[in-house]
Amino acid sequence: MKALSQRRRHPLAAVALLLMGLLITGGLYMAAGSVNEAKAATGYTASDIEEGNKLFIANCATCHGLNAEGSVDGPSLIGVGAAAVDFQVGTGRMPMQMQGPQAQAKPVQFDDEQISQLSAYVASLGAGPSIPLADVLDTSKGNSAAGGTVFRVNCAMCHNAAAAGGALTRGKFAPALAGVSEKHIYEAMVTGPQNMPVFSDSNITPEEKRDVITFLKEIESQGSPGGAAMGSLGPVAEGLFIWTFGLGIIIAFTIWLTSRPS
Amino acid sequence: MATTTEYTPKTKTGKIANFVDERTGGSAMVKEFGRKIFPDHWSFMFGEVALYTFVLLLISGTFLTFFFDPSMAHVIYNGSYNPLKGIGMSTAYASTLDISFDVRGGLFMRQVHHWSAILFVAAVSVHMLRVFFTGAFRKPRELNWVVGGVLLILAMAAGFTGYSLPDDLLSGNGLRIIDGVVKSIPVIGSYISFFLFGGEFPGTVVIPRLYSLHIMIVPAIMLLMIALHLFMVVVHKHTQYPGPGRTNDNVVGFPVGPVYAAKAGGFFFIVFGIVAFISGLFTINAVWNYGPYDPSPVSAGTQPDWYIGFVDGALRLMPGMLGNFSFEWLIPLPWGWNTLSLNVLLPALVPAGIIFTLMFVWPWIERWVTKDSREHHLLDRPRNAPFRTAVGVAGVISYSVMWAAASSDLIATHFLVSLNDVTYWLRVLFVIGPILGFIVTRRLALSLQRKDREIVLHGREAGIIEMSPEGGFSEKHEDLDVYKRYNLAVFEDRKVIPAQPDAAGHISAKEKRRGALSKFFFEDRVAPVTPSELAAAKAAHGHAEVEGSEQDSIGH
Repeated sequence: MKALSQRRRHPLAAVALLLMGLLITGGLYMAAGSVNEAKAATGYTASDIEEGNKLFIANCATCHGLNAEGSVDGPSLIGVGAAAVDFQVGTGRMPMQMQGPQAQAKPVQFDDEQISQLSAYVASLGAGPSIPLADVLDTSKGNSAAGGTVFRVNCAMCHNAAAAGGALTRGKFAPALAGVSEKHIYEAMVTGPQNMPVFSDSNITPEEKRDVITFLKEIESQGSPGGAAMGSLGPVAEGLFIWTFGLGIIIAFTIWLTSRPS
Repeated sequence: MATTTEYTPKTKTGKIANFVDERTGGSAMVKEFGRKIFPDHWSFMFGEVALYTFVLLLISGTFLTFFFDPSMAHVIYNGSYNPLKGIGMSTAYASTLDISFDVRGGLFMRQVHHWSAILFVAAVSVHMLRVFFTGAFRKPRELNWVVGGVLLILAMAAGFTGYSLPDDLLSGNGLRIIDGVVKSIPVIGSYISFFLFGGEFPGTVVIPRLYSLHIMIVPAIMLLMIALHLFMVVVHKHTQYPGPGRTNDNVVGFPVGPVYAAKAGGFFFIVFGIVAFISGLFTINAVWNYGPYDPSPVSAGTQPDWYIGFVDGALRLMPGMLGNFSFEWLIPLPWGWNTLSLNVLLPALVPAGIIFTLMFVWPWIERWVTKDSREHHLLDRPRNAPFRTAVGVAGVISYSVMWAAASSDLIATHFLVSLNDVTYWLRVLFVIGPILGFIVTRRLALSLQRKDREIVLHGREAGIIEMSPEGGFSEKHEDLDVYKRYNLAVFEDRKVIPAQPDAAGHISAKEKRRGALSKFFFEDRVAPVTPSELAAAKAAHGHAEVEGSEQDSIGH
């Protein structure tokens, strides 16, 4: 102890103290933050990883780098986890067709086995969110009303209260959520694809995520109780409809009523 | 013989009618009103559409009041809409959900009410546009134009108070914007907001207050205004488009009884049918989608109903900063700093203020510039008043740009463009659109007038090409029949009236301004064809208009 106290006025003592504080805080944060999502690549065989690596080099390395370390054209994929790959590749967003405000969904380029191999490879690079288990995707166990509340507070500002999608800045957008699979919705929440923020398990618990999925699936399957929903876009669609269709019919009738037999 | 024999009806109906007539004098009224003549034109019927949708609003609204509870007391929803079951919400929202899902026919009536409301304001707007562009607001109808403008504002007020009642997320967001606009009024804004909401937004009193306004005060004033409006229509008689036999002193058309009584009565049911059809098949304001109001979330795609859209759009278009110039000012006052949020205050109040002020005073502006204090019962075709049509189009464009801006996010997502670019382009359009619109419209109107003039003087191109013995080709022109020619040739001719000196020979500054405006409006004009011009043109044509007559000697 004496040695330590003797050096307490050393010119570098403050630096050492600061460094120590940062390391402890950072270490604790890392441990706390990754406790939910940090899952090692489990369930993947070495050959999956090897096949995935081959697919990766052939299809992804141009932008993401030969070792997924990233380049100016694409981010590093170390630590993004299997869920990110499963979402991006599984919805056709990756491989990306072209650079743009955000990757567009398009027909899926790989089969399930290849997607799984790619996921295995990326998961092997560093700990990250894994593909969700069936239990958290089971909408029969979820509560749609609770999910609706979570959705309105966390998701509706971009995706619209009826999940019809919405605009973001500079050509970016939040897509409509009808027709998206339970697994992909969950993966999007834990990985934050494109411009979406990450909703970690400490922010929205897996059960709440299941509730959100239940809510989305329920409003999608129940249809529109009041007739054609016109995209669930709100008053703009309604105004456009009454000015075109509504007034159009009215004008047709007024012309008929005031026409004279000639 | 001073005695008159008492009339005794023979039939049962006659007896009842006579009984009523002897006690009320109703037959005189029926005779007077039943013989009122209304001219026939499809564009005259939008006022009727407005009236009928208003009746629909009263009927469907009464139904809704039986089940709606405007309380903001907290309840746990336990109705039949599963995705909201067990959620805490206000009684107002819960009862709206009950109307939608648990009251028989409730959802249909809600949709009838809401569809009629937006159709009502649309019909009022189109009606006013018709009145403006045809010059029907001129003497003696200026006051009725003002009453109509008041009705439009009342319609917007009724619509907005109604939009806020369900207390769902959408309507709460709308109220939040109103709250923000109110608070941007310097010094007194926050006091007004506290007064309106009974404390800090959202409070617990605003829905009941809006409900009183929505079902009582606003509709009562509207009914009064509608009565006044219709009374003045009867007093002034209806305007008509010019045509052979239609003068400033007569009305050519059909009487109310029996023709218009039947047509108008039938038309009510047609409008009712259209609204019912739309309400049955198309959903409007799906309140269950939005969830209960909570000041923290805002849904993407939150917009007001279309008639408030232009104010929302103005707010969206307004930049908070222009380069380094901030629109948010801090004003030092004895008691501290007050914020002047011009970035909210200007767009929320100024465009609407300008549009409505110009709309209200336009009849007087036109009267002043044209020095025209005659009565006008004949309408203008819009092309025959190029200045007015151009001013109207400029107004419509500036309104429409703001209106479009209210849907900037949906334009961005549906046309795959950047939201920022939509905003920038609409800002540019907001400035140059009305100016371009004014110029282009005036030129178009003048060109159409020239075309009309050409047709009157030289007839319609017959599409028959004739070859002369020398081998020259010419197209035959057919003369119009006299009725069609009348419609093209006869219109109000407005000329520049230069600034006039008063009795002392002095030209006041105001009169100079009037003269300048008159020059600006009427410098470019196309004069109507005079009888002598027509005669000269006919002489030049020879008898070319007569089928199979001799060759046009001048040719074209």
